[in-house]
Amino acid sequence: MSGGGTGYLHSGLPKPVPAPDGLDAPFWEGVAEGKLKLQRCRACGRWQWGPEWICHNCHSDDLVFEEVPPVGRIYSFERVWHPVHPALKNQGPYIVVLVEFPEHDQARIVGNLLGDPHQDVVIGDEVHAVFEHHQDEDPAFTLVQWQVA
Amino acid sequence: MERSLRGTVAIAGVGETAYYKRGQAPDAEFKLALMAVLAACEDAGISPKQVDGFASFSNDRSDPSRLAAALGIHDLRFANMQWGGGGGGGSGALANAAAAVATGMAECVVVFRALAQGQFGRFGQGPVRNAISGDGAHTVPYGLMSPAQSFAMKVKRFMHEHGVEQSALRALSLASYHHAQNNPRAVMYGRPLTEEKYDDSRWIVEPFHLFDCCLENDGAAAMVVVPAQRAKDYAHKPTYLLGAVSGSHYRAGASVHNAPDYATSTFKTCAPRLYDMAQVGPGDVDVLQCYENFTGGVLMSIVEHGFCEPDECNEFLVKENLVAPDGKLPTNTSGGNLAECYMHGLGLNIEAVRQIRGESSNQVEDVDVSMVVSGPMVTPVSSCIFGTEATL
Ligand SMILES: [Zn+2]
Repeated sequence: MSGGGTGYLHSGLPKPVPAPDGLDAPFWEGVAEGKLKLQRCRACGRWQWGPEWICHNCHSDDLVFEEVPPVGRIYSFERVWHPVHPALKNQGPYIVVLVEFPEHDQARIVGNLLGDPHQDVVIGDEVHAVFEHHQDEDPAFTLVQWQVA
Repeated sequence: MERSLRGTVAIAGVGETAYYKRGQAPDAEFKLALMAVLAACEDAGISPKQVDGFASFSNDRSDPSRLAAALGIHDLRFANMQWGGGGGGGSGALANAAAAVATGMAECVVVFRALAQGQFGRFGQGPVRNAISGDGAHTVPYGLMSPAQSFAMKVKRFMHEHGVEQSALRALSLASYHHAQNNPRAVMYGRPLTEEKYDDSRWIVEPFHLFDCCLENDGAAAMVVVPAQRAKDYAHKPTYLLGAVSGSHYRAGASVHNAPDYATSTFKTCAPRLYDMAQVGPGDVDVLQCYENFTGGVLMSIVEHGFCEPDECNEFLVKENLVAPDGKLPTNTSGGNLAECYMHGLGLNIEAVRQIRGESSNQVEDVDVSMVVSGPMVTPVSSCIFGTEATL
């Protein structure tokens, strides 16, 4: 899927760009290089997601984006049937997964589950990240998708 | 001095416009707001010029100063907006109004909500634009953008943890549609729902069928909040506020679906505070109005307000337990957001008052304690309890 501009979902959805205040910019820079980076507090070591300007545990602002292994577990999921965006009008069903990182203070991120959209999905299953690059889009972006191990 | 809203204020009047299908209101949204305020004042038997405050929620567009100017109000003392989206602020706005009246900041506050989606865009649609930043950048490009899509994974997780079957969600939908058949105001009046029709309906997003999702309507609703001491000066049997709370649990608002306690209606910390304030328990509640954005939110709210254990949902949530007049917990007796109207839930607060007065189209007998749950699964959420004079 690298560089082809095609992905799990039909093109035409809003493209992700870093927040104007820069809060999540290192995340997007990381995924463009095929690295999954989440926020970690250098003062107390706690992982945190979504990103915030201070650590919710110790209130330090000494936060970094640190790479995590691109492996997680399905915490929940949904199969979407009714499209609410014109780009998905002819998409058919698709699967959204909420992926948890148990070794990283249960941080979670959202993605799609690659493969048959009718597949049985099992909460708790291990999934591996697939970086879906959209280099031909303007602006270029990368999504983090998942597939069952 | 005890710090509590219990018994300090009463609902003197309630008012609604007709409810319309989304985009079909013949009047402007602001005019709908005015008509609801006028109706509530007429119900209370007061001049609208006596109103001295407004409280609303969910970023209502009808500005209190413009309302006060339009109504010729002499002395505006309170203009309040509860933060947060969806219907989470319905009972919260009432709590804020009650706090103002209880503390003497104002004497007569109108809680209102006006909505004409056709004039300003819809809730149930995704954004059509080239780029997205912030929280949405981490969900929208994956096709996760509508309210139904945002809440389905919470409900799926709850059902997974507690073995909840689809039939429990279905029962909530059947109860709302059942009640709507006796309510001529209801948008779904004359359109009954059966188990078969529910089962055959299309998925919106698993685990929500079409009939698990709220309507999208235009209209307005309002209620007049006055000091309890004056409750008997008005036209109707007094309805007292026993408790009203809002809020959310630890890091409920952590973005990108990162609330540590995720599979919840957000009421785990609020519900105990509500019962403490009202000095009643779940066993005292005679009738419940519970905001259905989606049936799964009602289910988790019923659990978190102590009406059944999480592992008992399949047995407790059956239609016969949920319908008036004889169910164990008559729920959404006007038809609610699923089948009466989606007025961001304020219609539910009005129905709860009707149950106290004995004026519901699905009246439960001898109601003394009438509860409202507003906007589950968002943050902040809110809930409230009304009571008759006998409960004071
Ligand atoms: Zn820290």
